[in-house]
Amino acid sequence: MTRKQRRLTLIGGSLGVLALAIGLVLYALSGSIVFFNSPTDLAEKKIAPGTAIRLGGIVQPGSVQKGQNLAIRFEVTDGNRSVPVAFTGILPDLFREGQGVVTEGKVDANGLFVATSVLAKHDEKYVPKEVADALKKQGHFIENNEKKK
Amino acid sequence: MIAEFGHYALVLALGLALIQSIVPVLGARLRDDTLMGVAAPAALAQFAFVAASFAALTACYVGSDFSVVNVYENSHSAMPLIYKFTSVWGNHEGSMLLWVLILALFGALVAAFGRNLPSTLKANVLAVQSWIAAAFYLFILVTSNPFLRLPQAPFEGRDLNPILQDFGLAVHPPFLYLGYVGFSISFSFAVAALIEGRIDAAWARWVRPWTLAAWMFLTIGIAMGSYWAYYELGWGGFWFWDPVENASLMPWLAGTALLHSAVVMEKRNALKVWTILLSILAFSLSLIGTFLVRSGVLTSVHTFASDPTRGVFILAILVLFIGGSLALYAWRAPMLKQGGLFAPISREGALVLNNLLLTAACATVFFGTLYPLALEAFNGEKISVGAPFFNMTFGPIFILLILALPLGPLLPWKRADLLGVAQRLIGAAALAIIAIATTFAVTSGGPVLAPFGIGLAVFAMAGALTDLVERLSLFKSPLAISLARARGLPRSAWGTTLAHFGLGVSLLGIVCASTWGSERIVSLKPGATVSISSYDLSFNGIVQRQGANYRELTANFTVRQGGSVIATMEPAKRSFGTRQMTTTEAALLTRGFDQLYLSLGDVEQNGSIAIRLYHKPLVLLIWLGAVVMFIGGGLSLSDRRLRIGAPKPARRPAEKPAMQPAE
Repeated sequence: MTRKQRRLTLIGGSLGVLALAIGLVLYALSGSIVFFNSPTDLAEKKIAPGTAIRLGGIVQPGSVQKGQNLAIRFEVTDGNRSVPVAFTGILPDLFREGQGVVTEGKVDANGLFVATSVLAKHDEKYVPKEVADALKKQGHFIENNEKKK
Repeated sequence: MIAEFGHYALVLALGLALIQSIVPVLGARLRDDTLMGVAAPAALAQFAFVAASFAALTACYVGSDFSVVNVYENSHSAMPLIYKFTSVWGNHEGSMLLWVLILALFGALVAAFGRNLPSTLKANVLAVQSWIAAAFYLFILVTSNPFLRLPQAPFEGRDLNPILQDFGLAVHPPFLYLGYVGFSISFSFAVAALIEGRIDAAWARWVRPWTLAAWMFLTIGIAMGSYWAYYELGWGGFWFWDPVENASLMPWLAGTALLHSAVVMEKRNALKVWTILLSILAFSLSLIGTFLVRSGVLTSVHTFASDPTRGVFILAILVLFIGGSLALYAWRAPMLKQGGLFAPISREGALVLNNLLLTAACATVFFGTLYPLALEAFNGEKISVGAPFFNMTFGPIFILLILALPLGPLLPWKRADLLGVAQRLIGAAALAIIAIATTFAVTSGGPVLAPFGIGLAVFAMAGALTDLVERLSLFKSPLAISLARARGLPRSAWGTTLAHFGLGVSLLGIVCASTWGSERIVSLKPGATVSISSYDLSFNGIVQRQGANYRELTANFTVRQGGSVIATMEPAKRSFGTRQMTTTEAALLTRGFDQLYLSLGDVEQNGSIAIRLYHKPLVLLIWLGAVVMFIGGGLSLSDRRLRIGAPKPARRPAEKPAMQPAE
């Protein structure tokens, strides 16, 4: 093999791997990313039922109802609108009324958000960034309520 | 007084770092031994001062000195002693102090053990190391000083975040930081080589042990973090593709690539420019990881309360070091003497393929981690890129990598016969096919891909052993001869085998635990029984207990298998009064490599409880594989060749001019 051929093989191989990586990324991007929405976004964007999304906001105080077999209902609000959420399973330790929450799932035909997972973050002072931004947009977020100094 | 002492020591370390940043470089330029000689003692003294500073902060924590803001916010007098030690780095300020402590430690190690380095290289390496150190000392002193006092000392502290009150905090951050920061040495060597404009095989030989050590610690640090998240967060998952996990995975991938390209450089004097680039990238990714975790741009378990000035400061450090080193690279790398080219089918070729795949995998992780940030900055859309994305991109690339893994060590240098090597792997391939067939037969109706995952893992493990078996002539010669050969085999050969084998072991664990694991979420009344896999668990009732600084609600379970009692499991919920937080303490029952995992949900008024129950077959292999890789790295590191170090300078041409443009 000549020097030129060797160099070409090397370049060809690199480009091949690069093309593979880019192809995989583009393919994965088209199908596996999830958009974050606040309850207001959900109403305004008219998201089709069955699309996987993330819904974030504050758990509406007084809205949590526990049913049989670990079924739970609560409402997520951004101060402007609120969306009913249904979830079956065990809630995280930091899930509380009046605290920030991010849920992942799909809206059904009746406007009920059926969550497959509920995330509440790991610090009591902490409001998820997405939630804080969504609340700020609605003018309900008090800046610095988590700052110490 | 102790806090002020610590603060002062840190300021002195900054002063020393500034001297060490400038004087040795000048010395190397002017070829002045006295000026260059400043570097080593300065590095040792710097370490002593940072260690004193760290010890001072530790003393504040152990003595529960709540007049120090940092201690007040992250400690409590009732905390067990071990957590008083570990909470030193269980917060932003303290963890940055640990970061610079390890940075200074590595600098001191180079100063102490780098006696056989050429004096100019050593001076430049220590100077570059000191640039990084100075930047981070300044960062701590300006934005994250752990020694600030409160005007009026409170009586009690606000306690450490309960999630962190665990033994995991004692081991995960120090090991992870040893890995992250360890790559600073390869970075400093790379930048020093660019400054000198000279690089050769001996350079690779000096860099390799440091890279290997950093890689080992990063491997074990990531694995321990994964196990900690697994048992502490109560979801039973071992990897979440969380941005911060990705931040530690990226330097690992780049570091693994660096480890392999440095071999080519040392043995064949090729891939020089690429190795330099990888050294820069590995540490840059560590810095980006630090930025992602510490700036608050991403949110995760690891985010401490954030302050925007810190983010800007770290971003500035990032731009300075990554931008600066890459600019230096762009300017100086073309002047370095290029290494030779080689045949594509050869050990070198295989290592290049390894590098290509590892960097491609690293790039997909990088993209997936930063794309949401970039998208939000551009059009305000908030997206989350999660496991499906990474499984679809990182997964296939890693499969290719593992398929090629057994080939590498079997290929000879320079040129090789691929067919011949493939024939030597027939045994491994046969084992893999048997494994696939057996899995299909035993688990009818499971996911189709999983048996192939098993096959891949078996292929990686058997392939790793193939080389060893051949070199020992095992099963062919009498045992005595094989044993004699085993003693004669260099430790680095054992190291390679073990590290590759470990990857297969981890893969096996991942495939088994995620495919054949079972999960149940149920609500139970006292006296009720629930079954999972071959186990029956009966719920006996709830007990209240008082811990050192928490109250605990423990559910008692009796585990039976085939009617006979084998264990009791006690998952718990702990509530920590000071922070008004509850944590879930999962109960784990280990049977062989399998685990039964039980975590407690809500406790109802009527005494019934919600539980999450998992059976995870072979789950322990995931982390044991990492331990095997760690041991492999250790064996390689203890190899005679690396211990003795580089050939004596006498064997290299005498004094060359520092700059040597390429022909």
